[in-house]
Amino acid sequence: MSERILIVGAGQAGMQIAVSLRDAEFDGTITMVGEEPHGPYQRPPLSKAFLAGESDEESLELRSPAFYVENNIVVITDEQVLDVRWDAAHGTAITNTGREVAFDKLALTTGADVRRMDVEGVDLDGVLYLRGLADAKALKSRWDAAQDVVVIGGGFIGLEVAAVAGKNGKTTTVVHRSERLMSRVVSPTTSTFFKEAHERRGTTVLLNTQVSRFVGDGAKVTGVELADGTLIPADIVMIGIGVVPRGDLAAKLGLELANDSIVVDEFARTSDTRIVAAGDAVVMPHPLTGKGQVALESVQNAVDQAKVAANTLMGVENEYHAVPWFWSDQDTMKLQMAGISAGYDETVLRGNPDEEKFSVIYYRDGRLIAIDSVNEVLDYMAVRKALGAGQTIPSENASDTSVKLKDMVQD
Amino acid sequence: MPNVTYTQPDGKEVTIEARDGDSVMETAVRNGVKGIIAECGGACACATCHVFVDEAFMAKVGEPGPLEDDMLDGSAEERNSCSRLSCQIKMNADLDGLRVRIASEQV
Repeated sequence: MSERILIVGAGQAGMQIAVSLRDAEFDGTITMVGEEPHGPYQRPPLSKAFLAGESDEESLELRSPAFYVENNIVVITDEQVLDVRWDAAHGTAITNTGREVAFDKLALTTGADVRRMDVEGVDLDGVLYLRGLADAKALKSRWDAAQDVVVIGGGFIGLEVAAVAGKNGKTTTVVHRSERLMSRVVSPTTSTFFKEAHERRGTTVLLNTQVSRFVGDGAKVTGVELADGTLIPADIVMIGIGVVPRGDLAAKLGLELANDSIVVDEFARTSDTRIVAAGDAVVMPHPLTGKGQVALESVQNAVDQAKVAANTLMGVENEYHAVPWFWSDQDTMKLQMAGISAGYDETVLRGNPDEEKFSVIYYRDGRLIAIDSVNEVLDYMAVRKALGAGQTIPSENASDTSVKLKDMVQD
Repeated sequence: MPNVTYTQPDGKEVTIEARDGDSVMETAVRNGVKGIIAECGGACACATCHVFVDEAFMAKVGEPGPLEDDMLDGSAEERNSCSRLSCQIKMNADLDGLRVRIASEQV
């Protein structure tokens, strides 16, 4: 009998495992189970083009429905795998509808949920999160009628939504708890730039600011009350304060977790070698240094780690060595990041933030580790390539814009 | 609906009927055409959907924009005068019969 692989989670990573298995000529059964009512789709446009009305639902699909049929990939939607039973030779997954799916190997791509707030008024109509298509539709259905938009959380999602709101002529406020924007991943220079750039576009950015409650008129939100008592009017409140990895099924399976994340090795193997995991739900060794544990919530990681996981399922050990990269579109600002800046001890500014065209290049022990670029694609591409080749760019010359970065690359 | 023909890196040709307004990249990826990776999903952020447009169509397709032009400079396979990122070419009736060759290296 041919081998059966079950993929739990039908997002970017799950889809990529299925596709990579077929690309590697896996001829067994592939079943993918997802909780959402639709097959795999792209999440990044939800806070960008989809919200701005520049793309529709069908264009979000990662593959057409016919693709899965032609490639013999069974996609079960709107169902949740609740438990897994192991027998001597194989496993059986049980879903919330009572369906049983037998398998020989298992891949977990369970992703992450939004982090929820626990304050008064959070259940009012118009207080929204943004993770899936259903969330995006809820936001969009209220969008045109809304004038006052308050975004809670100055991370990527929050700032992307704020950028669309500002562009659509809405009165926009970003309320951020810590002292600078996107502080978990970018340098102070980049944070300060984005604060000023959003302010130039008419958005109010409040740092070091806590929400005390959401206030409403009946069931509908009308404002956000801050810790100091200030009331900001709101027709829509969009909460974007991060995600929580979904490790509940992995916990049931007895897999090693770090907080709620599934721990995997450089081959995307969990602590149970019959099970691989990839995407937003996992922590892994640093893909460039092999040291420590990192979580990478990005399309790039979902795709590249899924490819590693598919190889492992096929019995091919192919270590995960990809340059992490990420992007965020905020109005006319295209932020592109490559590498992992955590642990940097030096930064070099290249270009002019006042012209909204610059890069911040990160170093550790004199070695290139990462870049944030704003509207500086050439810099970004040069660093991404250099990191991929294990090369560096000397920090002492990197600010010289008369020379292209790619011409400074050395071993 | 307009047709577009892709020459895959393996040399195989595939013709797909595109949805009006969908990009050449989206049409390829959704239908499983090999060789276009498009990790960023069409945001002009990754340069992994590089194609060479058939010369006969170059005038209709047009030149890359400034951002795309910079991205192409960083593409894995060396660009030429017919290089475009396929996420930036939207299909319409005027482009019916479009032919593109997919770059053999994308990352």
